[in-house]
Amino acid sequence: MRTRPAARAGQYTALLAYLLFLAFPFLWLLSVAFKPPRELGSLHPTWIPKHPTLVNFRQAFDEQPLLHAAGNSLLAALGAALIAVALATPMAYVMARQRTRLARAVSGWVVLSQAFPFVLVIIPLFLVLKNLRLIDSVPGLVMVYVVWALPFALWMLVGYVRAVPVELEEAAAVDGAGRLRTLLSVTAPLLAPGIVATALFAFITAWNEFFFALVLLKTPEKQTLPVVLTHFIGAEGVADLGPLAAAAFLATLPSLVVFALIQRRITGGMLAGAVKS
Amino acid sequence: MSLATEKRGTVRRATATGPPRGTVGHGAWFLVLPALVPILVLSVGPLLYGILLAFTDAQSGRTAPTRWIGALNFSDLLHDTLFWESFRIGLVWAVGVTVPQFLLALGLALLLNEDLRLRWLARALAIIPWAMPEVVVGVMWRLVYNPDAGILNETLRDLGLGDGRDWLSGLATTLPAVIVVGVWAGMPQTTVTLLAGLQNTPRELHEAAEMDGAGAWRRFRTVTWPALRPIALAVTALNFIWNFNSFALVYVLTNGGPGGRTRLPMLFAYEEAFRYGQFGYAAAMGCVMVAVISVFLALFLVGRIRGGDDA
Repeated sequence: MRTRPAARAGQYTALLAYLLFLAFPFLWLLSVAFKPPRELGSLHPTWIPKHPTLVNFRQAFDEQPLLHAAGNSLLAALGAALIAVALATPMAYVMARQRTRLARAVSGWVVLSQAFPFVLVIIPLFLVLKNLRLIDSVPGLVMVYVVWALPFALWMLVGYVRAVPVELEEAAAVDGAGRLRTLLSVTAPLLAPGIVATALFAFITAWNEFFFALVLLKTPEKQTLPVVLTHFIGAEGVADLGPLAAAAFLATLPSLVVFALIQRRITGGMLAGAVKS
Repeated sequence: MSLATEKRGTVRRATATGPPRGTVGHGAWFLVLPALVPILVLSVGPLLYGILLAFTDAQSGRTAPTRWIGALNFSDLLHDTLFWESFRIGLVWAVGVTVPQFLLALGLALLLNEDLRLRWLARALAIIPWAMPEVVVGVMWRLVYNPDAGILNETLRDLGLGDGRDWLSGLATTLPAVIVVGVWAGMPQTTVTLLAGLQNTPRELHEAAEMDGAGAWRRFRTVTWPALRPIALAVTALNFIWNFNSFALVYVLTNGGPGGRTRLPMLFAYEEAFRYGQFGYAAAMGCVMVAVISVFLALFLVGRIRGGDDA
């Protein structure tokens, strides 16, 4: 479409303003993370550290059990992603191929579950997990994350299953393949990228989760990365800026990398789910 | 054409003894149960249990048995001015984040739908807020807002716009400051969703409208918006619900302070439940929040049904 030069200039100005708004907090986080304490104390902070240093990173590891917390986060996120996808894939298949009342009820639940204030769910869960002695344990948290990840895993997977043409399965049936064989040799390979994307999305969501982890994990050695991060901010809200920024940056890296890999697929899946299903 | 018909006929014959076309049959339950049981036990169950708790005097760490106290929690809530204040703040926050988020995201989605350079950069940068843990977003903006060592005040000083202030601790500035962070954090997701919606609208319609001499605004009003409306409605309703329920961002930024000016309903309920141990009372708060949210959920469902005709 033709656009006049003046309009074009306006468009680019708007786009640049947006890019700036998007980028500047993150660039500032980086700047603070690599600044030596002396520069952080200065009243006139600069964008570029004059003497870039890794000292904040070392101090961050000294002050809080970051490595341990990252291990807990990894365990919780991996466990949640693998279990959620293993449970959700068969059900998503049924929901996508069969328009029964159950499928409708479940997709209704998927929408509803997006809307809960977590506090209404966490109090009973807290009581139940306490009775099962699963409070303050990563397996208990994984249990919560799995259930919490199931709705959107189903949501995404249903979209991916629908993208696999039924005709292919029928053709395999004509060729004499049994149901299980059809599923394994025809459907599964076509579904695999969608399953991986769903698992990675579940991983990131669990890696980033804060509220359940805050409520359920009490001892510092059991806590996940987001919870440990808040320990850098003292009771009075006074924070040691350098180590705080360093730890925050490290906590984000895995999500950023994974998300960059699957970003396009998520958009498609989420949109299909949100507007259709 | 004839080949296709023939193929279809073969298929029908081949599956005549099995379940009808495109269904799963008796294996279905076996496939459904692994996901359905955990959902029922650990999600539907707790939700119902939570609603029951709202009618009891349940407290954490109490030895006496929990008693059924009817609607007492709710009548107490009715007189709890702090709760209603937090409710009001929650609404201001949710509207304050959702509306600018939508308008900015719509503008940006329209821009990115044009043939501009730098689109790749916008896409790459959009990943940052979307993928970041909310806690990190909160930490990051604390660094930006920091009264002495923050970049915001330094930039304002450089521009000669006063000596800056303590944005997060000032009674007047704290809620707007927190809202800006909320907008920043949720914008990419909204933008990408709207952009996907835009790319689904047929290009021919635009071209036809342009040939008829319709200007940009007219094209937006008559072609773009009608096609985008169901998605826009769904996204806005969901964003509102998510924002109203949000916790981590504000917990890290201000922890509800100063003086409760940013104490969102979730922060209030969290404190009530896990600092003061008032499980029953906090559950009642949750119920009231659900009631308000259902209104917006209904809006979302209406949007989905209208937009889902082609599903």
